[in-house]
Amino acid sequence: MRKGAGRPRLGAWLWLLAGAVSVLVLPWYGLGRGLLQASWPEAMPAVLQAAAGGRAWLLLLLLPLLAAAWAVARRQPRLLAAAGIAGVVWPVLQGFWPGAPQPALGWGALLYVLALLMLAAYGLAWQGWCRGEPFLVGAIALVCGSILVFVGYPVACVLVSAFQDDAGRLDLALFLGKLADRSIWGLDCLAGGRSCGVAWNSLAQASLVGVLSTVLGLAFALIAARTRFPFPRLLRVLSVLPVITPPFVIGLSLILLFGRSGMVSNLLRDLFDVPRTRWLYGMPGLTIAQLLAFTPISYLVLLGVLQGVSPSMEEASQTLRASRWRTFRYVTLPLIRPGLANAFLIAFIESLADFGNPMVIGGNFRVLSTSIYFAVVGAAHDQGAAAVLAIVLLGFTLSAFLLQRLWLGRRSYVTLGGKGDGGIPLPLPRALHVACLAVVLPWSLLTAVAYAIIMVGGFVQAIGTDNTPTLQHLLTAFSIQHGVQGWFLAGSGWSSLLTTLQVALLAMPVTAGLGILTAYLLNRQSFAGRGAFEFLTMMSFAIPGTVIGVSYILAFNVPPLELTGTATILVIAFVFRNMPVGIRAGLASLSQVDRSLDEASLTLGARPARTLRQVILPILRPAVATSMVYAFVRAITSVSAVIFLVSGEHNLATVYIVGRAEFGEYGIAIVYSAVLIAILVAALLAIQAAVGERRIGRRSLAAAAPRTAAA
Amino acid sequence: MMPAVEFQAVSKHYGAVAAVDRVSFTVERGTLVTLLGPSGCGKTSTLRLVAGLEQPSAGRILIGGQDVTHLSAARRDVSMVFQSYALFPHMSVLENVCYGLRAGGLGRAAAEAQAAAKLAAVGLAGYERRLPSELSGGQQQRVAVARAIVLEPQVLLFDEPLSNLDAKLRRRVRSDIRALQQGLGLTVVYVTHDQEEALAVSDRVIVMQGGGIVQDGTPRDLYERPDSRFIADFIGDANLLPVTVRRENGPSALVTIGPAVLCLPHRGLPDGAAELAVRPDAIRLRAGPPEPGELPGRVRKAAYLGSHMEYEVALDGLPGEVLVEDPVTSEPLAEGADVAAVLDPAGAVLVPG
Repeated sequence: MRKGAGRPRLGAWLWLLAGAVSVLVLPWYGLGRGLLQASWPEAMPAVLQAAAGGRAWLLLLLLPLLAAAWAVARRQPRLLAAAGIAGVVWPVLQGFWPGAPQPALGWGALLYVLALLMLAAYGLAWQGWCRGEPFLVGAIALVCGSILVFVGYPVACVLVSAFQDDAGRLDLALFLGKLADRSIWGLDCLAGGRSCGVAWNSLAQASLVGVLSTVLGLAFALIAARTRFPFPRLLRVLSVLPVITPPFVIGLSLILLFGRSGMVSNLLRDLFDVPRTRWLYGMPGLTIAQLLAFTPISYLVLLGVLQGVSPSMEEASQTLRASRWRTFRYVTLPLIRPGLANAFLIAFIESLADFGNPMVIGGNFRVLSTSIYFAVVGAAHDQGAAAVLAIVLLGFTLSAFLLQRLWLGRRSYVTLGGKGDGGIPLPLPRALHVACLAVVLPWSLLTAVAYAIIMVGGFVQAIGTDNTPTLQHLLTAFSIQHGVQGWFLAGSGWSSLLTTLQVALLAMPVTAGLGILTAYLLNRQSFAGRGAFEFLTMMSFAIPGTVIGVSYILAFNVPPLELTGTATILVIAFVFRNMPVGIRAGLASLSQVDRSLDEASLTLGARPARTLRQVILPILRPAVATSMVYAFVRAITSVSAVIFLVSGEHNLATVYIVGRAEFGEYGIAIVYSAVLIAILVAALLAIQAAVGERRIGRRSLAAAAPRTAAA
Repeated sequence: MMPAVEFQAVSKHYGAVAAVDRVSFTVERGTLVTLLGPSGCGKTSTLRLVAGLEQPSAGRILIGGQDVTHLSAARRDVSMVFQSYALFPHMSVLENVCYGLRAGGLGRAAAEAQAAAKLAAVGLAGYERRLPSELSGGQQQRVAVARAIVLEPQVLLFDEPLSNLDAKLRRRVRSDIRALQQGLGLTVVYVTHDQEEALAVSDRVIVMQGGGIVQDGTPRDLYERPDSRFIADFIGDANLLPVTVRRENGPSALVTIGPAVLCLPHRGLPDGAAELAVRPDAIRLRAGPPEPGELPGRVRKAAYLGSHMEYEVALDGLPGEVLVEDPVTSEPLAEGADVAAVLDPAGAVLVPG
């Protein structure tokens, strides 16, 4: 054995100490009210409650702790593992025990479970699990446990709630009745009726957007990868746009352009006497808005795929006397076919999950995500109906996701090997080149105009009708005034903006840390159930935000984990929604770092924690930065999950903007959107400068690469 | 004295496949033992079991007499030089060599002094501040060696250390490794698939096949007294010829192959049919009809290899062709020529089993 390498017990002792603190010092109950505001007597530590508060059963919590202490002192790994597991299971059982209502758990309970989980990890590691490394066992337990609690449990709550009637009894017939409801599956519109069911609406919408955005994305990708396009920066900007744009902003912009009193509508009426109509509100406008939002994603996916096609394939085709067109038609296109399917499915899922655009521009055209929202917040307030709709939506997105993983996963024609494969890609056939330009240029123009409206529209009285420049909207939202007590933030937008920044900054390191840690475990460690674990973490990406929102309400509105109304639940929602981005960035980078580096570090006597810190993380710095950026940006831009979770006290910027837009206060909505975009651009530039990694803004180029084609 | 490494019936299963199957061996202190075998034979898995990078499915592993079977790699007193060298790309040469010392809790100044001394010992003084990417392949390899030996491990492991070097450098580096090992009295376990390299550097060679050990002995044992046709074929490309054995008194036997009769050690073989391993350089060819005791044949293919001629010869009455190396290149035999072959008993050995 190496010098001084005894069985390290310091860590175990520290976790024991944490366990003691959790029962002796921290408030056992009252997480929902914050650490210090919990009211007595719930705020008392568990031991005091047991002694004075008549909750004697809390004394049982000491048993696993004492057993663990004895096990650590006597080096009894089996006992330690058993005590740790008992200490985790006991509060959970108690929390869900029917007929034993108790207040929501508090920080003490959380720390207690965490400490005993880690002690169990020590016990298992000392028995030889994970090559005897407590750090690895602990990390796996932590990641799996938190995903179970914050993804698995809420989704399970949705399922249960869909099967329950109002009295809480399981009722299969009721569920089937709700599931087969006419409002979901009706086909009246085909028979001349008013509208079809929301499920059909969603499917039709998603399929349309999937196909069109794949075509548009392919045109852009072909221009970027196979021609000498004179404005490469334009394409780069285009690829960054969806990253920094809250999803519904495009919808807002379209309303201001083509809405009933939009600029273009007015222009057409004045010049050509075209009557102003409401054609935009509904499927047409929604399709354009989603295309503007998701085409850049398809573009990045397909660009990666096209760059993965080895030029030597096309050169070989040429030397076999095939024309450019023939080469494209019979070599290039078949090679990228899996990529096309992938791009379609990604856009399909994004469109299904989109909430902001249908909300803003959808008019009477209801889709699943908006129906879920109105079922929860509307007059009906029918959580069961929301749960059923959520299950339908989840069924769609997960099917698409499974299709993408299982079917496409085995069907990737990555032709570019690891070895340098020379050659020059074949120029496009002339007709195709012209066709691509004919698509790309007008579309770029539309994108530019849409964004210009956002940046300018907030600084005129009422864009389209009264174009007098004004700062009035900006002042309403973000004025700073001098009052009796000095300067204060008077604007109506400040509170939500500050909350947003605060929550985003809190979520950022946790998201990136958990994501990279998960990627490390998935890529570098082998443990039982690793495949299933990877699948589940990735699957959480396919859960639409609205479903997450509903599930969090159902799961965390009541004890034992009561979190609704707090800022904590917003942070948690962001962490578990955005973690897959960190996982993917981490996996993509780790697969390029040879395993022998970790092994070298191990054989040199460095433990896994040190290896991760000193070898892996420095090499993964770009991936860490990327996932930090996305964690931050997506926390600021997302709306679907959090619209269910915000409270008067903790409102978020996007929710505030959607609210303004619903009331027709477009000036404030747009000026606020412009401020958000400006903040995000500044953040991107700052992080780029700090990390010095130029490709940081390119969303999922790593994910778009064929290796991880299952974005 | 306690052996530096001892394997007691160690197995490693991946699912139903046994990569290492009940392997037992010992490595004495101060010796260089090579694990040799074709790819997929389990030699690298065995090495990784020594390092602690894999955990055995069964059996015990002892290092310095201490049971380390379930000890993690970080806590075993073993260092490894990787095939890819695995130098940390974001650390300088000095930081790379310091890494293990610092992980062991040594202060920066002391670690850097020791590291610099070891870098000087491998001839890389003055390169301390460079990044690995600024070094040549041979220099990177020496950094990897310095990084491993600076920890003064009980056992040093080499995983195909020469495979990323060009042919010319390989010969020099392998003699450098051998000199370093003997100079410092290191215990080394060395993995390679190149039999010439194994013979050149080793005190002892363990030949593996299909997850098990097929022969364990000195280089001379393996080359001159192969235990099986696999070894005879793998080490030195021997021709395997069907023969008839008749024992005489004492250790020798009369070995008959066609018209030729050789007197060789019987190696425990009973009378009857057996196989004879004949080295390519132990068959002499002569143009023209055979004389008594010589084997008639015909040259099928001839190739000029600079230092020698290589012939494929069909011998009458024997299946297939035999490979013959002839140091005489001035007057090569033509393809299709009738030849007479003489077997040199010094390059022929009976193969048991």
